[in-house]
Amino acid sequence: MISFDRVSKRYGEGHDALREVTVDIGRDELVFITGHSGAGKTTLLRMIMLMERPSRGQVLVDGQNLASIGPRGVPRHRRNIGVVFQNHRLLLDRTVFDNVALPLIIAGYDYREVGRRVRAALDKVGLLDRERAMPVTLSGGEQQRVGIARAVVGKPKILLADEPTGNLDPALSAEVMQLFEEFNQVGVTVLIASHDLALISRLRHRIITLREGRLVAGSKT
Amino acid sequence: MIGRGSSAPRREGASQSRTGWRERYNGWLQHHRLSAADSMSRVIDNPGTSLLTWLVIGIALALPTGLDVALDNVSQLSVSWDSPAQISLFLQDEVSDERARELQQELIERPDIAQTRFVSRQEALEEFRTLSGFADVLDSLDSNPLPHLILVSPADSSAQAAAIALRDELQSHPGVAQAVLDMEWLQRLNSLMELGRRLVLAVAVLLVVGVLLILGNTIRLAIEGRREEIVIIKLVGGSNAFVRRPFLYTGLWYGVGGGLFAGLLVAGSLWFLREPVSDLARLYQSEFQLRGLGVMGALNLIILGGMLGLAGAWLAVARHLVEIQPR
Repeated sequence: MISFDRVSKRYGEGHDALREVTVDIGRDELVFITGHSGAGKTTLLRMIMLMERPSRGQVLVDGQNLASIGPRGVPRHRRNIGVVFQNHRLLLDRTVFDNVALPLIIAGYDYREVGRRVRAALDKVGLLDRERAMPVTLSGGEQQRVGIARAVVGKPKILLADEPTGNLDPALSAEVMQLFEEFNQVGVTVLIASHDLALISRLRHRIITLREGRLVAGSKT
Repeated sequence: MIGRGSSAPRREGASQSRTGWRERYNGWLQHHRLSAADSMSRVIDNPGTSLLTWLVIGIALALPTGLDVALDNVSQLSVSWDSPAQISLFLQDEVSDERARELQQELIERPDIAQTRFVSRQEALEEFRTLSGFADVLDSLDSNPLPHLILVSPADSSAQAAAIALRDELQSHPGVAQAVLDMEWLQRLNSLMELGRRLVLAVAVLLVVGVLLILGNTIRLAIEGRREEIVIIKLVGGSNAFVRRPFLYTGLWYGVGGGLFAGLLVAGSLWFLREPVSDLARLYQSEFQLRGLGVMGALNLIILGGMLGLAGAWLAVARHLVEIQPR
């Protein structure tokens, strides 16, 4: 589903974020990426959603070489990928419903379909009764779940999460991870960057470890 | 927390990006409606800023429009005097009534003169007395200060050179004190009007550029204020067109509102001027009425405002939206 082939990323000032990373992630996999901050976890995720392009090597997503996608193709590519951010990145002046509906509005769904899908996604993360609430009135864990609902509402094939439990206590973190596992069980490829080794090592999924931009463990299943 | 059955989402999982064109079109239309309504409510939710923007645009559009309306009125006024060039022959004081009528006869027999009208000094005095309101002053005069007047219409009123030649010839005629070709002041008026039109055009161009810049800046500020939202929309796959749409509508609403204000300002000024203008017209024995913008003119103004709004927004959006990329 996702494959990196000797991918390197060097920033202008000579800092290497990724060095010769080669890794394959299968269709039904849930994979954790771990490493210290600055090890390249985020860069890896950003490349998959084309926020970043490799300096060398190539990235394939769902059989497509990302180098062949021009600037105009980026939005369409991103619509097929759900993303959960550490700081949620919700629209604070819109309701929970509107936030979750955003990807569907962008994709041009009919409003009845939007309502149906948004409620299904909110139900899935257990926030169906908060659809009229504003994000600031929610707890951190609830906000993160709104972010997850937004990421999955468009039924993407790939779900990326950058430190999704970074600001959550252990119990909430476990709940969020369980949600990701459920999505993975229905066929979504899930890629989670996290440095919470204690949590992720309990979950028995493949763990890719990066150190200073190099892949040091987990390149094979 | 626990989700529903897992088989349903899997079945639909494959259909995620396969929406039909019809549904796509409906969604597109829907987003237009949504953007238009959302932009409108944002404009209305900030009445202070919006009113100020509307007023600035309104004044900038009202100035050239008002001047243009004024020029139209003047040209409407001059049209009625435009065609037959007329030569006024003021006769010398010592010319008698009879001599003056003989002269008129003499003139009317000439082939290059179509028509003449004799206004005797007594008639002129009467007319002046009724129109000017200086009756008392005139009564106190010992003698009539006005000369006899013969109004001469040349046969070919469009031939300017011929009219000038005729005037020169009549000027040297015995008994004629002064021959004045009335076309001269019309020509002066016409060239003044042409100058006026050019000035209005120059002012209009400058102000339109001003309106574009004002709108561009207003939209730029709106974009700055919603930077985080733009980043998020781009992150979840919003195209540039999708991000652009609400800002274009914001520009449109500002422009349309500005056009509306401009129309109101012009109508208000005309209403303010109507009374003194018709007083003045009455003094000149004219049925002249101030002509306003009219419904079509007002509509054009609003459409022009809307188009300027769109263009200004487009300028700002083209410059600033591309810069905003998720980091």
